[in-house]
Amino acid sequence: MDSTLAILAILDGVSYAALVFLVSVGLSLVFGVLRIVNVAHGSLYAYGAYVAATLSLVVAPISPWLTFPALLVAAVIVGVVVGGLMERFLLRPVYGREDVLQLLITFAVFMIMDNLQRLIWGVQPIFAAEPVKLLPNVSVFGVNYTAYQVILLPLVAAATLIGLRYFLRYTLAGAVILAVTEDREAATAIGVDARKVFLVTFMIGAGLAALGGALASPTTSLAPGMGADMIVLSFAVAATAGLGQIEGAAVTALMIGLSRAFIIYIQPEFEVLVPYLLMVIVLLVRPMGLFGVNRVRKI
Amino acid sequence: MPRATLAARLAIVAAIALAVALPIVMPSWATLITLILAKGIVVLGIIILLQAGQVSFGHAMFFGVGAYAVAFWGKYVGTGDLLLFLVVAPAAATLLGLLVGLFVVRYREIFFGMLNLAFSMVLWSLLEKMFHYTNGADGIRVARPTLAGLAFTPETFQYVLVYLTLGLVLIVAYGVQRYLDSPSGHMLRAIKSNETRLEYLGVSARRVLLVGYVISAFLGGLGGALVAVAQQIATPEFAYWTKSGEFVFIAILGGVANAAGAFAGSAVFEFVRFFAAAKLANAWQLILGVVLIAIIMFAPGGLIGLFRRDATETRR
Repeated sequence: MDSTLAILAILDGVSYAALVFLVSVGLSLVFGVLRIVNVAHGSLYAYGAYVAATLSLVVAPISPWLTFPALLVAAVIVGVVVGGLMERFLLRPVYGREDVLQLLITFAVFMIMDNLQRLIWGVQPIFAAEPVKLLPNVSVFGVNYTAYQVILLPLVAAATLIGLRYFLRYTLAGAVILAVTEDREAATAIGVDARKVFLVTFMIGAGLAALGGALASPTTSLAPGMGADMIVLSFAVAATAGLGQIEGAAVTALMIGLSRAFIIYIQPEFEVLVPYLLMVIVLLVRPMGLFGVNRVRKI
Repeated sequence: MPRATLAARLAIVAAIALAVALPIVMPSWATLITLILAKGIVVLGIIILLQAGQVSFGHAMFFGVGAYAVAFWGKYVGTGDLLLFLVVAPAAATLLGLLVGLFVVRYREIFFGMLNLAFSMVLWSLLEKMFHYTNGADGIRVARPTLAGLAFTPETFQYVLVYLTLGLVLIVAYGVQRYLDSPSGHMLRAIKSNETRLEYLGVSARRVLLVGYVISAFLGGLGGALVAVAQQIATPEFAYWTKSGEFVFIAILGGVANAAGAFAGSAVFEFVRFFAAAKLANAWQLILGVVLIAIIMFAPGGLIGLFRRDATETRR
């Protein structure tokens, strides 16, 4: 493997990791607070992508630069509307019920959203690459790459990581979320509206998935199945890092993104295998994940 | 486990009579009924684990292994016999179940589910990408096998398969119900209600769960082999996580209180898929999703819960 290929693999890995991080940190956040693994998280990613592509195609004739805000608007719409409706009307009635029922509610949502997606956007691949074309190519050690993928995506991911950290550690709203996570009863007793916290957290988590999808939309073709693939991948990242671990998700996303990128150039058949193999190995050794704290009961 | 009410027993007898009569009355449904029964066998395995309060979101791996055991036999060994397949495929799944089980029974709840998912996705990636051996996403065609050395025409074979499957269903459903009512089955349920107390009684919870896990893997392999023969193909989709989700879905839809739920759920699932796919412009997933939400919200005992007098007791 020569150095050009190595640099190419690193750039691939970093831009891919940025997207995967956004999605898995949303999944992790929702699990950390609501204790629900949202199987429909990948569908929110797909909806983010499709809504962004649709909006981009609408605003591009006015000014191609409007496609950038369109990406953000798409993420907010999906997070607030789809995420909000889902939490309020489907998840709220099943809090406290058996885990399997909570899990299956989200699986039902996955099936419904997957089906609706085919009905709304069809099964033909959709392309909306406007934002990638607008930004110039950059040269990294002699390797040309789109600025969108090697500069914008990692920047957004880093901003999200720092923003989320700041939000949870240093703002009142963040403290309230942490309080409900730690001890829901005590938090409710001092006047925190736990239901609102769940709703807002879920909207943020859903919005992050949709943001990942929206940012991914210009770099790839949108087709059915993208949500189903993304949920397992983001779940692999979140579980390997340890569910609820925000910084850990960033490191793990980078680890998985880079190893996947290198494998593509060395032994392409094993590309999809890498994240899951890593997940099996890590979970067998540390079921709480690389960065998780030990919560497994030991008899 | 509550005794079956009279209505429930009548319903089971009626369901068996229906499964016997339908392929004759509606020959075009024979394969559909085979699929319902075969998937019901897999779901029985999910129900066993749910007794212990554990959800496997990776059980499609055993289904996939069963199907690919049949497919590989056809590809590398030659024409096979159905009876042989029904030994080889469950044996392969049981072996994998023992290997994976040794690891996963150490974990509970979300960790148990995650590890199962991870193992199944490893298998799926291998099936999908080892193109040279597995034909990748296209899958491997499964030729029509003989039965005890006898070759059949496609028309006759679908009857042979559906009645053979029905016979197997009666055997495994009876066996699973006996297992769940046995001390081993009661200990399995104790893992859900109070695992610590089980350990204090000197019972190894891990061993109890491992027995249940291996049985459920066996059932997964058996169902996978039957589906591969009925559909004449094995594809990586068989081991994908959505398939695992589908099995858990069917279990909850039918009800997890006893073996009958697996087949009630499977029948409704496949019928909705069959008719909605034909008549409602591919909205079957949408319909099934809505049905599932309605079941979870309003009938937590599942379809069979509607037959049980104490159905409301299962509500928490």
